[in-house]
Order: sequence, then C-alpha cells, then structure tokens
Amino acid sequence: MPSIIDVQNVSKYYHRGAESIQVLDNISLTIETGQFLALMGPSGSGKSTLLNLIAGLDQADQGRIVVDGLDITRLSETQLANWRAGHVGFIFQFYNLIPVLTALENVELPLMLSRLNRKERREHAQTALALVSLDDRMRHYPRQLSGGQQQRVAIARAIVTDPTLLVADEPTGDLDRNSAEDVLTLLDSLTRDLGKTIVMVTHDPRAARKAHVMKYLEKGLLTDAPQAVVSECV
Amino acid sequence: MGILFFYSFRNLLTRRLTTSLTALGMALVVFVFSAIIMLAEGLQKTLVDTGFYDNVVVIRKSSVSEVQSGIDRDQAAIVTTRPEIAIDTSGKPMIAKELVVLITLQKRNGNGASNVVIRGISESSFELRPQIHLIEGRLPRPGSSEIMVGKSISGAFNNAGYNERLFFGMRHWRVVGVFDAGSTGYSSEIWGDVDQMMPAFRRPVYSSILFRLRDTREFESVKDRIETDPRLTLEAKRETVYYREQSEMMATFLRILGTSLTLIFSIGAVVGAMITMYAAVANRTSEIGVLRALGFSRLTILAAFLMESLFLGLTGGLIGLFFASFMQFITVSTTNFQTFSELAFNFSLTVTIAVQSLSFSLFMGFAGGILPAFRASRMNIIDALRDV
Repeated sequence: MPSIIDVQNVSKYYHRGAESIQVLDNISLTIETGQFLALMGPSGSGKSTLLNLIAGLDQADQGRIVVDGLDITRLSETQLANWRAGHVGFIFQFYNLIPVLTALENVELPLMLSRLNRKERREHAQTALALVSLDDRMRHYPRQLSGGQQQRVAIARAIVTDPTLLVADEPTGDLDRNSAEDVLTLLDSLTRDLGKTIVMVTHDPRAARKAHVMKYLEKGLLTDAPQAVVSECV
Repeated sequence: MGILFFYSFRNLLTRRLTTSLTALGMALVVFVFSAIIMLAEGLQKTLVDTGFYDNVVVIRKSSVSEVQSGIDRDQAAIVTTRPEIAIDTSGKPMIAKELVVLITLQKRNGNGASNVVIRGISESSFELRPQIHLIEGRLPRPGSSEIMVGKSISGAFNNAGYNERLFFGMRHWRVVGVFDAGSTGYSSEIWGDVDQMMPAFRRPVYSSILFRLRDTREFESVKDRIETDPRLTLEAKRETVYYREQSEMMATFLRILGTSLTLIFSIGAVVGAMITMYAAVANRTSEIGVLRALGFSRLTILAAFLMESLFLGLTGGLIGLFFASFMQFITVSTTNFQTFSELAFNFSLTVTIAVQSLSFSLFMGFAGGILPAFRASRMNIIDALRDV
C-alpha cells in the first residue's frame, strides 16, 4: 500500500514565558492509505499534539508532514483551513456538535465550504447520516440524541466531505461500553468498506484493538507499544 | 451563509432571557431617539404646513418673525399696489395686512399661563389660508369685539371656549367661532378684526402683510422689487420658507437634545450588548474551535458573531420603533422659542426617521458586537477545542 501520511523528523515545542517545553522529539511516522492507526500513550505524552499536526490544526516547529503528496507544513493559515475543509474529517471525544443546529444541519455544515448547492448539500448530508444509521434522526437536535448517537452524527459530519483522512481524538472516551463498540465498528467499516485512513488517539485498549497499527508515544518519543500495552489490546 | 445565518439567529433564541433584556435596553434607546426626532419633525411639519407655497409674507427687514416686525401704513399701502398680487373672484386683491401680538392666558385646570398669538386679520385672511375651516359658530364681524379661536386654544385656555368672553387689550372679546387649521400653527392662534386689535393694543403699525402671487414664477421679481424699493424697509419670503425658519431653532434644539441624550443612553446599551456578546463567545468557545477546525475562516467567525449582534440591535430597533410609533397619537403643546408663543403639534413618524432609528440600532449592535466577534475570530483552534 502507498503511504498517505509521511511525518518526517517533526519536533514541537510549547513556550511558557521564557521556558520552552519539547512535546514532540524528532518524530517520524508513515501511515499507509486505508490504514487505521491507534496512537496510545500516557497523558501529556504528545499524542493529541501529533494528531493536531497531522490534521493541520497546528504547525510543527521542525520537520515536515506530507499528506497525500502535499507538504502541509509549508501552508499558510488560510491555505491550511482550505485544505482541512476538503481533506480532513474530525471526530472529537465530546462530539462537539453545534447544539442549535439539527443533526442534518450539523452534518451539512462542512459542505458550506464546498461548491455544492443547497439541494446537493442536503443529499450528501442525508447519505452520510444514512451511513451511520441515523437517517431517522435528521431533524433531532444534539440534546435529543444519546451520546452514542451524537458521536455517530459527528462521524457523519467527518465523512460527509469524503475526506482523505479521518482524525479521531478519544472517540470513545465519553461513551458507555455498547455505544463505544458501535462507534468502533463504524470506524472499522469506514476503513474496511470505504478505504478511509484513520488516525485515532485513544487510551482505550478496546478501541486500539480495532486498529491495524498501534503506535506508542512517551515523553514526546514515538516507540512501538510496550508488551504490557500490546497484551492488553489483544 | 444559510446555516451560519440560522446559527446566529438560533443562538439568540436559545438565550431568550439575555437576548430579550439586551434588546429591551436597545429598544429603550431607540424609543427615546425616535421620539425626540419625531417631536422635532412634528414641530417642523406643523409650521411648514402652516405656510402656503404661493403666499408671500412681508415683514420688516431683519425682524426674523411677525412678532418683532412693524410695517407702517404708508409702506403697507405701497406693497398693496404691487401688480403681482392675485385678484380674487370678486375682483379684490388677495392681500391681508395683519397684526400679531403675544398675550398671556391662563391655562385651564390651573396648569399655569402661556403665551398665545393674537392675530388681527383682514377680509382676505381666510381666503389666503384655505386650510382653515370653522368647526363651531361663525366668523367675527368686522368692526366688532368678536374673535374666533383655534381648536388647540379653545380647549386649553380659560374663557377661550365657544361663546365665552376673553379679556385682553383693555376690553372683553366674545368668542363667536372655533376654527380648525389641521396640524398647522394657526390652530394655536386667536383671530379678530385687525382694525379693532390695533387700537386695543395701541399699535399704530401692522406686523406683516400676506398676499397671494398671481403667478408663482413672479416671486423672485416681487421679492426683488420690495427689497430694493428705497421707500421700503421690508423683506419678502414665501410663506412656507418663513414658517420653516420659525421652526428651525426649536427643531435644531430638539434634534441636538435627542442626539445627545441618546448618545449617552446608547453607551449603556452598547456596553450591555458587548457583555452579552462576550458571554456568548465565552460559552461557545468549543463551537468556535470546531468551526475553525472544519475550515471556516476567521472572517466567517467574525461575521457570524457580528450578525448575531446586529440581529440583537435590529430586534431592539424594531421594538423601540414600534412603541415610538404610538407617540403619533399624542399632541404636545409647548412654547416655540423662536416666536415665544404656544404651539400645539404631534409627533410625526416618517420613513426617514424609521430608517435613521433602525440604522442607529444596527450601529449599536455593531458597536456592541465588533470586539467580541473579533475576539472569537482570533481564538487559537487548539485552545478553543480544549474548552469543553
């Protein structure tokens, strides 16, 4: 399989006054097209930071990140925003749906930045909601949906633009066991059936178990997962 | 922009109480703003409507108003011979030599005293003012101590009602008629025969001369002839212009008062809107993060929050204007600073005032929303997404 994401010698620092804290230390990572990668590690290890860099939400201090042949570290803020709109789908731990919009409108939201007309946008959003089996909840507001349903709406929002890459930050972190299982099965089917590349940050061994590849971050260094973590995920 | 429009609008609906209170604050300011401008407009409209375009008012040079003017009989006779004066159906020139005097009358119900205009009129005075209609009684007979009063005076002052007797100018005057001059300044006047009024007030001179032009295009030439005639010390104005000038000082005062008051009030309303919008931004930080992550630009975020604030302003504006529109049913009676006389007029709402009021409310929305919207647009995506 060809690689879709190529992270080359990436370092990232956070600055607190005069103090500079290294969060990522010379990270290199290759992710293949259609791969489902789980990033694990203790809190503060830099997992989310790496995910944000790959998703174009933040800029690396050193190194290059090439996604689908494009070096995103060279893009301006506006170019990055346009790139995200077309190429990245986001799934967050707390779903982050807009409470005043219905499920359909939430899913339609990313398409506002496309060239589709209103009818086409509605059709795309309905298809995405049908894919996550929520076509009967289109007119519901987030508060009228369970946690699992809200996360499925968030997944529909993430895939509606047919992005190259899906990034998920603790997608099961706020869900009960059954809802988490539904969401993981859905993510698994996205890679299996639609060939989507997924990068997921998780603490949950059950979630990691669904991934094709597992990487472990500790103190900003990328390593293979320790045996104890691997055995927990098997 | 459809969804973002609904996003802004529904966010306001979600926070109904805060939205209502902020909008009411703005509504109050818009109410005060539009009411005072309506007052100034009403005053101006009343006085301008008092005039008739083809009528010419002649007064002493530099006298500003009829009250300060004096035209002796010789000069009045010269003006009377002008060929530009129209002739009525009975062959008489349409010209009236009039006297204007201010007297003090007690208001009914013990509301103090106020200056009232007494107008000594000639035979053509009614004909020159077609907007005047008798609503009770009859016209005063020439050569008698009879008067007629405007409807605003009749109900507002002691002994000024129909068939009552008023005392001024060292004699009693019987009210034989009440006239309605619509929403014009004449409704606030008392009229009697000029030849009775002049000796009663010991005035040897007229205050003004009013005549109708036979051809409206002759105004400039007749004005030029009157003002350049070495025997005359008079000036001529179209009646509409004369009355517009009479209203200018007070209307300007009201407008300045209204603008100053509302500017002070608006600071409070803008601060209120700003607090509301800052709270909205703080409560929706993670939403801002999501929108930015999805690819919405800083400018779009700024526009969404600014739109929300403009909605607030517009809502306040519409509420304020709605309540201000009821002021049209109220008649105000006050002293016109320029003529020192009592004048009754209505609040007048025009399209221009409505547009001005709504623009002002939108400006308040903009001023209250721009800084919070700017703050929302400047948020760091990662920090915003962490705010749950």
